[in-house]
Amino acid sequence: MGFCKCARRMFRRAHFVFWLALLPGILAGCSRPEPPADLTIINSVEPESLDPAIIVAQADMRVVQGLFEGLTRLEPVQARAVPGLAQNWEISSDGLTYTFHLRPNLKWSTGGGISSTDVVYSWIRALKPQTASRYAGQLYYLTNAEAFNTGSIKNPDLVGVHAVDPLTVRVQLHSPTAFFLDLCAFPTLAVVPRQWIEKYGDHWLTHQPLPVSGAYELAEWRLNDRIRLVKNPNYWDAAHTRSRVIDFLPVGSASTALNLYMSGQADVVWDKSMIPSQLLDLLLKRPDFHSFGYLGTYFIRFNTTRKPFDDPRVRQALALAVDKDWIVKKITRAGEKTTSHLVPDGTRDYTSPEGLGHDVARARQLLAEAGYPGGRGFPRFEYLFDGSAGAGGNIHESIALELQQMWREALGIQMDLRQVETQVFWGMQSRLDYTLARSSWIADYDDANTFLGMFVTGDGNNETGWGNPRYDSLVHEANQTVDPLKREHLFQQAETILIRDAVPIIPLYIYVGVNYFDTNKVRGIYENVLDDHPLQWIVKVKK
Amino acid sequence: MYFLRRIILSMPLLLVISMLAFVLVHLAPGGPFDSERKPASPEIERNLQAKYHLDEPILKQYLSYLDGLVHGDLGPSMKYRDHDVNEILASGLPVSLTLGCLAFGFATLGGIVLGFLTARHQGSWMSHAINFVVLLSVCVPGFVVAPILILVFAMRLHWFPVALWGTPWHMVLPAIALGLFFAGKVARILQSGMLEAMQSEFMVAARAKGLGETRLLARHAFRMALLPVVSFSGPMLADLLTGSFVVENIFQIPGIGVFLVNGSLNRDYPVVVGLSLLYAALLIGLNLVVDYLYTLLDPRVSYE
Repeated sequence: MGFCKCARRMFRRAHFVFWLALLPGILAGCSRPEPPADLTIINSVEPESLDPAIIVAQADMRVVQGLFEGLTRLEPVQARAVPGLAQNWEISSDGLTYTFHLRPNLKWSTGGGISSTDVVYSWIRALKPQTASRYAGQLYYLTNAEAFNTGSIKNPDLVGVHAVDPLTVRVQLHSPTAFFLDLCAFPTLAVVPRQWIEKYGDHWLTHQPLPVSGAYELAEWRLNDRIRLVKNPNYWDAAHTRSRVIDFLPVGSASTALNLYMSGQADVVWDKSMIPSQLLDLLLKRPDFHSFGYLGTYFIRFNTTRKPFDDPRVRQALALAVDKDWIVKKITRAGEKTTSHLVPDGTRDYTSPEGLGHDVARARQLLAEAGYPGGRGFPRFEYLFDGSAGAGGNIHESIALELQQMWREALGIQMDLRQVETQVFWGMQSRLDYTLARSSWIADYDDANTFLGMFVTGDGNNETGWGNPRYDSLVHEANQTVDPLKREHLFQQAETILIRDAVPIIPLYIYVGVNYFDTNKVRGIYENVLDDHPLQWIVKVKK
Repeated sequence: MYFLRRIILSMPLLLVISMLAFVLVHLAPGGPFDSERKPASPEIERNLQAKYHLDEPILKQYLSYLDGLVHGDLGPSMKYRDHDVNEILASGLPVSLTLGCLAFGFATLGGIVLGFLTARHQGSWMSHAINFVVLLSVCVPGFVVAPILILVFAMRLHWFPVALWGTPWHMVLPAIALGLFFAGKVARILQSGMLEAMQSEFMVAARAKGLGETRLLARHAFRMALLPVVSFSGPMLADLLTGSFVVENIFQIPGIGVFLVNGSLNRDYPVVVGLSLLYAALLIGLNLVVDYLYTLLDPRVSYE
């Protein structure tokens, strides 16, 4: 009876499933593949944003720097600030007033001139509370900038940036800021298109053709797929832009990054999270893997409001008992250097004082002096860390395990480990809801202040509950000082308090940047202390 | 009528799901704007909260979310601040659908062929070999299968690209990696269904009447055994269509699976709620389709 009917129906259904399965494949197959880029770079995961006022991640900044330029830009070899949209400037003798002269004939990629009012607009926009820029603090060196950002004054004209004439910008600082020219190259201070932003609001970056001030235009942005940049012919220095088309591939897995590189589909991989940690030892022996020190430090924070870590002797004892050599040799393995100080070697105009080394006998003695001889009576405490993103292995966990053993063997104290999700970790750390916690800091600019400034009493990034009026006044005084030698001396005194006397932190090692690319094929990437590589210098040599 | 009623009834269900997803994700510790770098002033944090209405009571937030939902707006992404959830879906969903359909095609066709062959040649070395392969495909997880496929077919043989998306060649390995587990499942379901059918009385009768073994299996046992496969295929398709974090991550495919997992880790509230709703709607819809297919396949089934 119904069998034939049913069989026919089944056949029809099978057809339906077959076509359902095949159709999208056929459709996708019909789409024409794009011409390949001149250079393909793997740059960690999908950027959170391409809005220079909004981004916070280093990987995002590496893309955005190609799109939007500030008054200065970084040169590729040493990452020093050199003239960008401004061709020159004058600094008043007190270091408080900067007068920038824009290059004549600056143009947006879509045509139309870039003038001093665009600079003022861009800086004020980053400071506006509605923009909700997390890096607005980079502009707090301007007079009234903080008050405007926090809403206590409403008039943007009171902020220390003004257009004197179409080609001149005058900036008023509240204290001489030695690194201000470096800040002018920082994405938060980059120049963005006013009309476009006013027209499209929060979605201004997803409309084409996007007017840009940098060396590259945004040709295509497919979420989690690729970002394609093409040379901006209207850029003032377009004659020196070396690659015409650059693709950025967002990649979430280190093994995938390595596979793409090995199969020739990516020319450059930068970001250490893009190296499979199991293969680290093997890969670092290859000539196309480059590891170099840069301005980032891995350290441990103490919550100094909790007993017994409110006693500096206890904190010193723990610091002295850590064998840092073992940690870099056994765990991190990418050529990191151990450090006893917070500010990394290589920071401009600064040499750190020596901090506490590895001295178990002295550590035991200090712990006994604090009332815990041989660790007796020392309460159990907790070490907080998060799962590290990117690379396969969990470095934070491995370090925590080593520390647990070192402190148990050297000092006879017991530490428990607690791992939480990354988003939970940040909140716990800032609420001081921890006893000891893993920490790190990467420089925003090449100056000791980017590290020492955050341990001033009450700074949002202090997160140890520690404060010292003498330390605060030394850092403050250093930032009022123009003379580099005097400034260095003041910072050194401050850092000595931080790493030898009070010890609210234990610095462990200095980060290394790891890139992989074949130096015979790709030129224009240099190992600099900011691990920053301006795009317009990079080129693939055709062979 | 029956199906219309089911569709109408699914609306309050989706509402409850949206509410649960919304409340649960907001209850999770940590927020979307917690980060290593604390802003220079606590005011900046407040600006951010205000911009995304996180400073309002949760009920008010939910109601304005519902209001957006009714108007087809799933809200902004809090992690990817240049995009809203609609844009994320528009860019990721077609990719996940394509991959899901291909994996579905692979799983059903492959599973049915394998299941049929083992039932046909039961007890022979071939059926043991196939059973072993099927067992492997069910047991070995995707994060092991995918790298092995890449190693063999992309890195060594150079038949397919190692990752990325774009041409049909890019789709082969991920579709296999994603569909393999389900192919094994389908094979096992079909095989046990066929073996069961072969014991039934109508088969004995048909055999007694002199029907050939292959014809017997293909026409009669197969039809019986297909029913459980169909009921399994609904949830299977929903699972495949909404993307897979592991496969998308390993092959760097711009689908929505990665967004669902990363959205949860980043506490990107609107992304998590929006994608949960999509998953729920797909599951409900495909179960409906399965129930409808039942009425076509099995004349004994009727819902009226």
